[in-house]
Amino acid sequence: MNADKRVITDEQLQKLIDVLIGAGRRVLGPVRGDGVVVYEDIQSVNDFPVGLTDEQTPGGYRLVEAADQSYFGFSVGPHVWKKFLHPSQIELWRARREGENLIIEASGGNNETYAFIGVRACELAAISKQDRVLTGGDYVDTHYQTRRENTLLIAVNCGKAGGCCFCASMGTGPEVRGPFDLALTELSPADEHLFVVEAGSPAGQELLLEIGSRPATEHEIETAKSIVERTALTMGRSMPPDVDVPRLLADNLLHPRWQEVAERCLSCANCTLVCPTCFCTTVEDISDLAGESFARERRWDSCFTMDFSYLHGGGVRNTVASRYRQWMTHKLSTWIEQFGSSGCVGCGRCITWCPVGIDITQEVQAIAGAQTG
Amino acid sequence: MSLKPTAIDARSGAPADVPKLCYVRKRRHDAPDAWTLEIEFAESVPFSYTPGQFNMLTAFGVGESAISISGPPGQGRLIHTIRDVGPVSHALTRLAPNDPVGVRGPFGVGWPMATAEGQDVVIVAGGLGLAPLRPAIYHILSRREHFGDVWLLYGARRPEDILYRSEIEEWRKKGHIDVNITVDHAGMDWPGHVGVVTGLLSHVNMDVSRTIAMLCGPEVMMRFVAASLTEKGLGVGRIFLSMERNMKCAIGHCGHCQLGPAFICRDGPVFTFERMGPLMSVKEL
Ligand SMILES: Cc1cc2nc3c(=O)[nH]c(=O)nc-3n(C[C@H](O)[C@H](O)[C@H](O)COP(=O)(O)OP(=O)(O)OC[C@H]3O[C@@H](n4cnc5c(N)ncnc54)[C@H](O)[C@@H]3O)c2cc1C
Ligand code: SF4
Ligand code: SF4
Ligand code: FES
Repeated sequence: MNADKRVITDEQLQKLIDVLIGAGRRVLGPVRGDGVVVYEDIQSVNDFPVGLTDEQTPGGYRLVEAADQSYFGFSVGPHVWKKFLHPSQIELWRARREGENLIIEASGGNNETYAFIGVRACELAAISKQDRVLTGGDYVDTHYQTRRENTLLIAVNCGKAGGCCFCASMGTGPEVRGPFDLALTELSPADEHLFVVEAGSPAGQELLLEIGSRPATEHEIETAKSIVERTALTMGRSMPPDVDVPRLLADNLLHPRWQEVAERCLSCANCTLVCPTCFCTTVEDISDLAGESFARERRWDSCFTMDFSYLHGGGVRNTVASRYRQWMTHKLSTWIEQFGSSGCVGCGRCITWCPVGIDITQEVQAIAGAQTG
Repeated sequence: MSLKPTAIDARSGAPADVPKLCYVRKRRHDAPDAWTLEIEFAESVPFSYTPGQFNMLTAFGVGESAISISGPPGQGRLIHTIRDVGPVSHALTRLAPNDPVGVRGPFGVGWPMATAEGQDVVIVAGGLGLAPLRPAIYHILSRREHFGDVWLLYGARRPEDILYRSEIEEWRKKGHIDVNITVDHAGMDWPGHVGVVTGLLSHVNMDVSRTIAMLCGPEVMMRFVAASLTEKGLGVGRIFLSMERNMKCAIGHCGHCQLGPAFICRDGPVFTFERMGPLMSVKEL
């Protein structure tokens, strides 16, 4: 049963990166940014935020020294993989006049191939949710689909829960389940820096053959298992259990709590920008001064902006309360009817990156509490 | 590297986000602030739609707007009636014959034409709301014997805002449609009704067991009309309305058109009052 769990060393992990780059892929992973962990191109295991961990609280994030030299000893930061799969800005088409004619050309098409290293369980779940939204219906976002097909996902089981994480209560983590090619568990780096690794696809299996690995011992498998179990147990927060959250919110659209949270919420849209499942976009048409060529650009948008619901004669959601309600009920309630599962994976980013520390789990608790008690 | 569309219709493989090049062939001034465009594809392409569906029209260099297809079907041209309310609709209504215009579509779920067969039909339009109902009326006229009594109740702001005047006369005379028109404001020379469109409902002798209602107009108007119809005993599942929300993509991807769990572009714009009633009654949803 455990024959599929293998072990690689830090050197073999480096070899993995080399092999992926050699195959022409852009390898993207966590690196130390300006006081935060960000996702960028990497070439070496030394690009990882080695020996760093983070402290996260509602409205707070701090990188600090970790107790050991681990590569993945932090939890999710402000960056999301959707910035590569569903970019914040792309051009959809352009058009130009040629004499009497107008020529319209699509601007899509992307042959880049990627490997994401260090994808967490909640992030895999989020990618599955965006797959459903953007490629699972009658209309397919082919830009997203192509990038998705051209991306290898190398996941990491979380060895530490962030202060705002609640994936365990959302059923999305901390153990990786989603669609991965390889899944790593980092064993505490002592004399040897080892990773228990499991292939989740034929492509993952081939990579393992190429970089070499050895079977994991019973002890290593047990250790890896206890690492994620401990993470689940030390999780900072949780979505209230024993509450039918989708129903609760649908039944409480007029609850006074929306007004209360609106008094704190700045409607800054941070929560939607850092959310790995948020998919909303807007478009803008541009033209050159002579009116000879035109293009349409698509950009991330947020339901917290006033323009989002604009209709001639006035917006639909003019109050902050209505916009916060739209955001939260979409995440936790209406998404289920639309796409068959919750729109929240419990990554906690919206809590950490909210300048005033609004906590989605507490907001649910407040409505549930006042409702039942 | 070959350039590709960024979104496709998975059923046909056709691009879904790149407009097709069309040309305006005719432009008619229909009301003080509304124009009707007849549009033709630059290269003839198969285009079929059902009454109540809409297109996304691009005014190149300005932007794109959701505009209902206002038929009538079958003459190889698209007909759109557009009210000038802002930058995009302004640019669209300024287009002259042979100017290029971009078209994506058709999108959405239209009127329940099959369900309405064998039934009496009450059509209630407010202002430009007549535009998306026009193909439904032409559909009924083309199969008139398959429908029972048909009423058109139409409210406009002023007499000069009444759209498709000469056609409406034809519908009344040749199509045996009982047409009642009301305006909000009128001079002494207006012989017709003055007041809100709900007032016209008293002209309808409705058998609620065999009636389908189709409503399009400002949301408040639809709420009032739907409420009156329900009071008269018409079931909420027999009342259909065409909804409007901000739209950027029309293919269920941009998130803008959500009303509760519904994507207006993908699941509508036509819905039953059964589905919309509870959502419309929540302010700012
Ligand atoms: C399904 C559907 C069918 C429609 N059919 C017609 C029609 O047949 N004729 C017609 O004249 N108008 C129709 N409209 C309304 C039309 O789309 C808007 O009037 C138009 O988009 C306004 O754009 P603007 O730039 O001129 O004005 P602005 O008011 O400046 O609008 C700015 C942006 O807001 C959004 N917006 C504003 N008002 C609306 C609105 N009512 N509905 C959707 N988005 C809006 C658009 O994205 C627009 O680009 C329809 C709308 C929908 C949703
Ligand atoms: S709503 Fe918040 S916790 Fe849920 S997935 Fe989005 S950012 Fe993460
Ligand atoms: S909840 Fe917080 S992060 Fe989200 S818009 Fe309001 S203030 Fe900004
Ligand atoms: S208009 Fe984009 S989702 Fe409906």
